[in-house]
Amino acid sequence: MEQQHARYWRRVLRLTGVLLGVWFVAGLGAGVLFKEQLDAIVIPGTGFPLGFWMAQQGSILVFVLVIWGYARKMRALDREAGVEEDDQ
Amino acid sequence: MTVQVWTAIFVVLTFGLYTAIAWWTRASSTREFYVAGKGVSPLANGMATAADWMSAASFISMAGIIAFAGYGGSVYLMGWTGGYVLLAVLLAPFLRKFGKFTVPDFVGDRYESNTVRFLAVVCALFVSFTYVAGQMRGVGVVFGRFLEVPVETGVLVGMAIVLFYAVLGGMKGITYTQVAQYCVLIFAFMVPAIFLSLRFSGLPIPQLGFGWGGEDVSVLSKLEGLDRELGFTPYTEQGGGNVRNLFAITLALMVGTAGLPHVIVRFFTVPKVRDARTSALWALLFIALLYTTAPAIAVFARYNLMESVRDATWSVSAETNDDPSIKPLPEWVRSWEDIGLIAWVDKDGDGAVDYAPGAAFVGKPSFAPDEARGDHGERMLVNEPTKAKNELYVDRDIMVLANPEISGLPDWVVALVAAGGLAAALSTAAGLLLVVSTSISHDLLKRGLLPNISEKGELRAARIAIVGAVVVAGWLGIDPPGFVAEVVAFAFGLAASTFFPVIVLGIFSTRMNKQGAAAGMITGLLFTASAIVWFRFLHPELDTAEHWWFGIGPKGIGSVGMLLNFVVSVAVGACFPAPSTRTQDMVRAIRVPKGAGAAASH
Repeated sequence: MEQQHARYWRRVLRLTGVLLGVWFVAGLGAGVLFKEQLDAIVIPGTGFPLGFWMAQQGSILVFVLVIWGYARKMRALDREAGVEEDDQ
Repeated sequence: MTVQVWTAIFVVLTFGLYTAIAWWTRASSTREFYVAGKGVSPLANGMATAADWMSAASFISMAGIIAFAGYGGSVYLMGWTGGYVLLAVLLAPFLRKFGKFTVPDFVGDRYESNTVRFLAVVCALFVSFTYVAGQMRGVGVVFGRFLEVPVETGVLVGMAIVLFYAVLGGMKGITYTQVAQYCVLIFAFMVPAIFLSLRFSGLPIPQLGFGWGGEDVSVLSKLEGLDRELGFTPYTEQGGGNVRNLFAITLALMVGTAGLPHVIVRFFTVPKVRDARTSALWALLFIALLYTTAPAIAVFARYNLMESVRDATWSVSAETNDDPSIKPLPEWVRSWEDIGLIAWVDKDGDGAVDYAPGAAFVGKPSFAPDEARGDHGERMLVNEPTKAKNELYVDRDIMVLANPEISGLPDWVVALVAAGGLAAALSTAAGLLLVVSTSISHDLLKRGLLPNISEKGELRAARIAIVGAVVVAGWLGIDPPGFVAEVVAFAFGLAASTFFPVIVLGIFSTRMNKQGAAAGMITGLLFTASAIVWFRFLHPELDTAEHWWFGIGPKGIGSVGMLLNFVVSVAVGACFPAPSTRTQDMVRAIRVPKGAGAAASH
C-alpha cells in the first residue's frame, strides 16, 4: 500500500514536471524569452509574427491543452494505482 | 427604443434572474454557505470560476489596455491564463482532497500553527478588499454611463443586489448566479466582437480574423502600416525589449493568480478530486474564450480608431459633407467626447485631427466650465497641452464600450454590453465578499476566538460579516482612496510571494515545518511590500528601469519575492525538526484521491 502510493506519487511528479515544462516553453519561453527570434517567422496565410501570436493566442491554447492532458492522464494514473475515488 | 430603455430592460431582466436563482438556491448550513455543499458539477463550477475571475476590469478595460500597449499587453493575457495551469496541477486537486473550507484552514492545519493561520487570514482579507472596491466602482460606472444615474446610486443598487443573493445563498447562491452571469457576460462580449470581425476581415471568428489574409492584407498588418506612418512603434513590437522585466511581470501574474483565495476556494465546491481537475479545465476554457477575443477586439478597435480619426476635420460630419476632399469626423467620436472619454486640442490650428505618439495634454481631460466650445465645435479644455504632435486623447475603456456603436450595431447590443459589464463586476464582487465573510466567521471566530460557536451561530456570523463587508466595499466604491488602483495590481505580487510557496511546499514536501513557512511568508511579504512602497509611494521618481532592483519593476517584483520565499522556507525549515507524524500522514493522504468523501465530512 505504502509502496504503491509512493510509486503513484513519483509518476504524478514526473507528469507534473513534464507538463510544467510545456507550460514554461509555450508561455514564458515562446511568448517572452524567444519572442523576438520567433517573430522572424510569420504564420503563413496570416499577418501574425509567430512570437507575437504565441504571446496573445498560442500560449493560451497550449495552457488549455496542458490542463486537459493533466486531467486525462491523472485519471488513468489513479485507476492504474487503484486510488481513484469511489463513485457514490 | 433608445439605448437607455434597452439598458433598463436588460438590467431589470438580468437582476431579476440573479435574484430568482439566489432564492431557489438559498443555503441552510455552513457547508452550503461556504462551499455550496461540495455538490457543484465541474462544468458549472468552471463557469462560475470564470465569472468569478473575470472582473469589470477584464470585461471593460482589458481590450483597451492591449489596444494601447500592443505586444506589451500580452503579459496580462499570459499571466491571467497561465496561472490556471499552476492552479490545476499544483494546488486545486490536493486542496480539494484536504477537504475543508478555506485556504487559512489548510495553511493552519498543515503547519499546526495558529500564527500561520492568522497571517493567511490577514493576507486573504487584504487581497479581497482591495479587489472588491474596484468592482463596486465598476458597477457604479456602468450604471452612470448607460442609465445616466449618479455613480453613487449605481454603487448602492449594486450593493443591494449583491447583498441579497450573497446573504441568502452564500457560496451556493453565488455559484449558480455566477453561472448565469458568465453566460450573460460572454454573450455580451462575443456579439460585438463577431460583428467587428465580420466587418473588418469577413470572418466570423475574431481570433482568426484579426490576422487573417497574409502579410499585407490582414488587419494586423494594415494596423502596423498605419503605426509606422504615424510614427508609432509597430503594434507587435510595442512594449517589447525589456525581456527580463516582462518575464518577471508575467510570472508574478501567473503565480499570483494561482494564489488568490477567491479563485482557490472555488475548487473546494466540487464533489471529487477528479472534478477539481476537470473543473480547472472548464474554467480555463471559458476564460480563454474571452481572453483570446480581447486581443482581436484590441486590434480591430485600434485600427478603426486610427483609420477614422486621423486627419479628419472636426467640424465636418459625414451627413452634411459634400466635399470629397475633406474627411469628416465619425459621429461616435463626438458622442464619446460629450461623455468626456475623448478630447481634442487643435494645436496646429488646422481644424483636423493629428493622431501621433505621446499624450496630447497633461493628465486626464478636464473640461472648461459652461460647456465652452472651440472654433471647430470641440469641447474646450483647461489642461496644459504637451509639446507632442498628438492632439487626441482617447480613454482606454472606449475600446469595448464603444464597439457596438463603431460597428453600427443596433441599440440593444449597446445595452447588452452594459448588462455584461454589470454581470462581470457583480460576479467578482460576490466571490470576493464570500472570502471576506468566510475569513471572519470561520477562520477568525470558529477556528480562533469562539471555537464553541454553534453551526447556527456560525452561519449567522457569516451572514452578518457579509453585510459588513458589502457596506465597507460600497463605501470604498463610492469614495475610493487614490491608492486602490495601485494596490489592486500589487495584490498579485503579494499573493505570489506569500500564499503560493507556502501552499505548494505544504503539499509537495512532507518535511516543511511551521518555522520554514512562517519565515518564508514574512520574507516574501516584507520584500515585495517594501519594493512596492519604495517605488510607488516613497520614491515614485525612481520608478524607471535604471533604478529598479535586479532590473525588475514593482509590477514584477512579486516573482523575486516568491523565489526568496521558497529559498528562505527551505533553508529555515531545514534547521528545525520535521512536522509531527500526524501532519506528515495528512500530507501523504492529500496526494491520493481515494477517500476524499471521508475527508470532506468536517
